[in-house]
Amino acid sequence: MSDITSPPPGLSPKGQAVEAHWRQLAGQRRLYTLLSLGLLFVAVWGSLWFANETNAGKFFDRLPYLLDFFIDMAPRDPIEPLRALFDLPSPYDDGSLQYNYDVGRVYLFGDFYLPEYFYKMIETLNVALVSTIVGFSLGFVFCFLAASNMTTRRWLRFFVRRFLEFLRAFPEIVIAGFFLVVFSLGAIPAILAVAIHTIGALGKMFFEVVENADMKPDEGLRAVGANWIERVWFGIVPQVMPNFVSYGLLRFEINVRASTIIGAVGGGGIGEALRLSISRGHEAKTIAIIFLLFTTIIAVDQFSAWLRRKLVGDQAFVTAGGAA
Amino acid sequence: MTAPTQSLSPADVALYQNRYPDVFKGSRLKRLAPLIGVVTVAIYFVYVWFFFSMGQVIERANWDIAGNYLADWISYESRPDIQLEDGYVVVEFPRFDALGNNPDPDWIVTETGMVEKQVPVAVEEKAGETGGQTSNFGFLGALPSQAEDQPAEDEKPGSSAFGFMGAGGSVGITDTPEVTEQVFETVREQAEISAEVVMGSARILIEPSLVTIIDRGQTLEFAIDRDESVTPLTDLPSWAEQKQEGGKVVVGLGFAGRVEVEDDEVKIRHRFLGWENFLFDANSPFFGKSMGEVIGLVFSGDRIDPEMSNAALAWSNIVSNAEWQHGDVWVKLLQTIIMAFIGTLFASILAFPLSFLAARNITPNRAGNWLMKRFFDFTRSVDMLIWALFFTRAFGPGPLAGISAIFVTDTGTFGKLYSEALENIDDKQREGVKSVGASPLLVQRFGVLPQVLPVFVSQSLYFWESNTRSATIIGAVGAGGIGLKLWEAMRTNQDWENVAYMVVLILIVVFVFDNVSNFLRHKLIGKQAR
Repeated sequence: MSDITSPPPGLSPKGQAVEAHWRQLAGQRRLYTLLSLGLLFVAVWGSLWFANETNAGKFFDRLPYLLDFFIDMAPRDPIEPLRALFDLPSPYDDGSLQYNYDVGRVYLFGDFYLPEYFYKMIETLNVALVSTIVGFSLGFVFCFLAASNMTTRRWLRFFVRRFLEFLRAFPEIVIAGFFLVVFSLGAIPAILAVAIHTIGALGKMFFEVVENADMKPDEGLRAVGANWIERVWFGIVPQVMPNFVSYGLLRFEINVRASTIIGAVGGGGIGEALRLSISRGHEAKTIAIIFLLFTTIIAVDQFSAWLRRKLVGDQAFVTAGGAA
Repeated sequence: MTAPTQSLSPADVALYQNRYPDVFKGSRLKRLAPLIGVVTVAIYFVYVWFFFSMGQVIERANWDIAGNYLADWISYESRPDIQLEDGYVVVEFPRFDALGNNPDPDWIVTETGMVEKQVPVAVEEKAGETGGQTSNFGFLGALPSQAEDQPAEDEKPGSSAFGFMGAGGSVGITDTPEVTEQVFETVREQAEISAEVVMGSARILIEPSLVTIIDRGQTLEFAIDRDESVTPLTDLPSWAEQKQEGGKVVVGLGFAGRVEVEDDEVKIRHRFLGWENFLFDANSPFFGKSMGEVIGLVFSGDRIDPEMSNAALAWSNIVSNAEWQHGDVWVKLLQTIIMAFIGTLFASILAFPLSFLAARNITPNRAGNWLMKRFFDFTRSVDMLIWALFFTRAFGPGPLAGISAIFVTDTGTFGKLYSEALENIDDKQREGVKSVGASPLLVQRFGVLPQVLPVFVSQSLYFWESNTRSATIIGAVGAGGIGLKLWEAMRTNQDWENVAYMVVLILIVVFVFDNVSNFLRHKLIGKQAR
């Protein structure tokens, strides 16, 4: 390496000047890199210190107990989680909440029942699906007004875009909390919270898709005197629909997770059941719920991935990803 | 514009239809697809309507409360109660009223006159024991509840019996066990015989036995039979409601507030636009001063507190403001930002080497790839909520739990995204570097990294921004940060203006981060950044 960095012999004076200049620039660059690394280090160190200081338990004090949770969560016998999952009576049933697995059964017809947690999982899935459909429909309406190729009025575009940004950034938990006051506990606050966020998130992705659409069909429609709605419906929608549906499915995956979390803070469903069972230390119920949630999320992800691949091919996976 | 359509005769249309039948009549399924979709969604919505029994829930919805709380976001109420006594009235403000302790606002005008009052006299031999009770009456009306619960010790029994406002007289007597032993004395003194309250366009005249409300061209009169009943003397309009005969009447005055007329008091809820006491609370020496006065004091006034300069005092008063809790809110907001920052950063750092192990083309070990990818799937699919609950139990509530939850979830997400990016790289660069005899590490450094690093950093930046939002939510389940604070503020149902304040802060943070992350991503990978 050293012979590359030392000045090569036999350079013309001009070449040597260039070489010196390059060295100076490289040195500067190294300095900046070091400086920004130092800054990052200070920021990280300060953040960690601050996080540790303001936490209820200190990191190194609590570290040895990290795995206690799993020990606490060991059920009394290996079948217990299965009993909790399928609402079968437990031999340890002493009337307490911990072992009353068979209480929450939802009878559909005759003796056939849906176990409590399956019912709650369906509740959560329904919250996610309804809010995705609502968000999809409204995002669909707004995206054409926000796309620069379909809406020429600057002020309208500006207004719609800021509006979508606002919906996206507004904390879901506040929407849920507010509607909890109006509707009391239940699924509607969760649906509204997740749907409002979804309108903003999908609207933004949709208008970016619309802006990348091929404008030739639109030109053709304009030439024959189509109005704005006809141009959107026949010129743009057929092109962008597969992408829209793909983004909608991706959003559905995210919304399943989001509605679980919103459920935990008061929206009902499986999230609430999980929070309660963890905080009360009901080990078998916790394991049953985590297992159910885990398999459902994987199933939803796989199904949605399969559908997206069918719709738009591998294109959906290059930048795929998202967070709640 | 209309020319082309006019020139197409019906015959031409038929001709084109015959020539291109597949354009005009697609397959039946294709034509019906939108309709089928809409019908399916409609049926599904009907199902969900019954599944969540939405009809019932919406019927029971409490929209009045919603309106009130929404108004609380941008306004505040002052809540004086006007007690109706025998022949006089007493204006009382609650202890933590928005206008401060014992305010004398100009929208309440009282008229004073001589009245005869029945006041209890402490019996000499009982004074030692009942001192607590008798001293009640020395208190000004502002603190009836406190006086009742914890009698002030520094007041001498006897002398306090002649408190000049005589507030809470009835309250104190009815609650004391020694009622029968107390002796009453008739005193003539100055008292407020009526009060007039102006709220927006409304005027409320309060006399001990008659309450008159004048608004929107109507005059409502209520006869008060003290401790017995409230009787409207006029027909009640739609904005006044009496649920049961003789019971209290609630009169809504729109945004200006509302008035509750009860048989022993009139509760005024006067609403003002704005955030009250945003900088200084009622205990601060700067309370109630105009901006100019405060600035004058900060820069040139004499020291209010000899311990510190006025500027320092003002700052510490702002930070420790009891109503808005600025200091605490800022600390919690910083926690949320740090949760997202550290969680995302550490997840990227850990996912970076792991993704090289998971990528098929980098590490030609099928079992290893598979194991790594399933590990990513696992941490990603166990929800952030579960991790948050788990780490909250491990570390206790606070940002450590949030950092850990984001870190573990996003290690999976980043691992998946990074390894997908690695599997999509162009192999030619790697071959080139390998062909000049570079070591395996250098092949990665110069053959792979330049291609994927911008994508990696861009993904991380995108998630940094979206994790700031996630961190708010998982905070509410105990993982620290502003989420928990928000949730507590909403739970009490009193502090919706604080919720609004925190929402504004969150919106600013998210907006700034969104733009910073967008700017950096555009610089990194150009326009194609999402």
